[in-house]
Amino acid sequence: MAKKIDSKTMSSPRRNPAAKLDEVMTGTTVFNIPFPKDLNTLKSMSPIVIKHPYFVEYVHSYGQDSPFFAGLANKKLLGTRCGKCNYTYATPRMHCTKCGKETKWVELPQEGRVHTFTTCYYGSEEFLKDTPFHLVLVEFDGVDTLFLARLIGVEGPEDITIGMKVRAKFRRNSQLKPTDVYFVPVA
Amino acid sequence: MVSGGVSKFEKARPDATFQKMVKEAFDYTMGDIPRLKPAMIDGSVASYFSDHFTRQLMAGIMATDYLGLCPKPNKRIEGGGATGGLCFQGAWEAVASGRMDVCLAFGFETMSHVQTWKGNEFIALASDVNFDYPVGGFYSGYYAMMVNRHMHEFGTTVEQLAMVSVKNHMNAYDNPYAQKRKRLTIQDVRNSEMVAYPLTLLDICVMSDGAAACVLASEEMAFKLTDRPVKITGVGTGTDMMRMSDRPHGEVILAPNEKKSDYKNLKYPGVHSFRAGRSAGLQAYKMAGITDPLRQIDFVELHDAYTSSEIQTYEDLALCKYGEGGKFVEEGHPFMPQIDYGLKLKTKGTIPVNPSGGLIACGHPVGATGLMQAVFAFWQIQGTIKKHYGSGELQLKKANRGLIHSHAGTGTYVTVSIMERGW
Repeated sequence: MAKKIDSKTMSSPRRNPAAKLDEVMTGTTVFNIPFPKDLNTLKSMSPIVIKHPYFVEYVHSYGQDSPFFAGLANKKLLGTRCGKCNYTYATPRMHCTKCGKETKWVELPQEGRVHTFTTCYYGSEEFLKDTPFHLVLVEFDGVDTLFLARLIGVEGPEDITIGMKVRAKFRRNSQLKPTDVYFVPVA
Repeated sequence: MVSGGVSKFEKARPDATFQKMVKEAFDYTMGDIPRLKPAMIDGSVASYFSDHFTRQLMAGIMATDYLGLCPKPNKRIEGGGATGGLCFQGAWEAVASGRMDVCLAFGFETMSHVQTWKGNEFIALASDVNFDYPVGGFYSGYYAMMVNRHMHEFGTTVEQLAMVSVKNHMNAYDNPYAQKRKRLTIQDVRNSEMVAYPLTLLDICVMSDGAAACVLASEEMAFKLTDRPVKITGVGTGTDMMRMSDRPHGEVILAPNEKKSDYKNLKYPGVHSFRAGRSAGLQAYKMAGITDPLRQIDFVELHDAYTSSEIQTYEDLALCKYGEGGKFVEEGHPFMPQIDYGLKLKTKGTIPVNPSGGLIACGHPVGATGLMQAVFAFWQIQGTIKKHYGSGELQLKKANRGLIHSHAGTGTYVTVSIMERGW
């Protein structure tokens, strides 16, 4: 579909010598590779580059961290607390890194503050479709460590400040991923 | 260390497999030290980060056999971005323990084999795949969060970050091995595309294909091989929690030149500082007898995957106090004394940092990077920059003692090694 052209900007030609087509990974099946008669010229041959897809379906267990994901599916944000030294983890771990003792599951407050943040305009291939997206590390009262999450409900980094209050929200249809919880600004 | 070599780092080397690139770096290394014959090498250590990039397991042995070093010992060392630094120390350990008289460290990465954003995905798999990666696994995003906190704690500015980029790109201008040799202004850096706020395209290193090699030898053997060996006088390796969210908020680990009262209200390391870098630095300083790093070290090659991490690392290495990294670059301390950067700098050349151009300008073929730093530092100390770069522009007048720093994850593995004139 042709782009609508604003007649006011028609007066100056818009020419970009650096214009470039987006690279794609599609290609053609080759049935015949040219080959010289003189073997001594082979070292100057261009390299052959092939496309190799790689797809793996893992059977990935969350192991001892599984209750965290079950918690998200039930609109609960779970952390863990050390029974010995009381150190509390916003991102759960079943053994305390400080004293080595087993921790217990605790429910975290669903309101916290932005400890730090960023807005990603690019990302890994899997998340390119989500850009721009906002990442926050959330701090909670009475909890010693932080929690990494997406923040929505803001447009850009100028709308986010360190210390601003944020509230947890949960996907109704759980994906059993840490993104089942996300945060929004507190009104 | 008795010799080193680097393949020119490029965006893509479709003309060569990883074995061939390692061979190029190895041949350069051997060519620079004619007295060393392959038969004298007792074994080797291989450095490459991601099996995903190679799509080949046990790539280390394939490089070893290509070099003709079978059936001698070889093993692979891997620790994210610090893989090269860990490999260097692995070769040092082989020699220091007496197991080998001569050990080769070689490293490579072939990152062009996937598209950039797939490469970012591979790199982000080096973050917790249960809790971090699925939220938005992207290392530039992680570092952006860390520097935003650094700016919040200490008032660091984006212009100070940009100065690191100007410095390292400009230094690389005279380094023929570098991938990006550019003269930039602070405005160029700020005006380039925003990747993860506040980091722009020019605040971040690029992906590369490349290889590097170093030969380490016992003191007795070193003097048989060369008149100008470089001595490894200190090694340190630090670690920290994989998840940034797990980093403690405690007390600063003090360097010999710091006092507890310097950091009254600072919670450490949080996400603004790298405890592993501090730990590695202090171990290496203690071993090398360094108590005042700013004055006792002549230059530093550090892991500037991001301009922000260079500033954070000045502080970890106690070149300045925590919180003063931004001011440290703004005042000009880490710039080369002999180069005009087009910037007004109060003091230039107190301790040149990344005279080679660092990762930001040289490129970052992960497994080769830490060894590349060792090679560039080795040439600086030997005074052979002109011979190897073809121009002496980047040769420091005083380069008797250098520090190399290799860094992984969000500061999960960090190595520091001290290299000194050995003759």
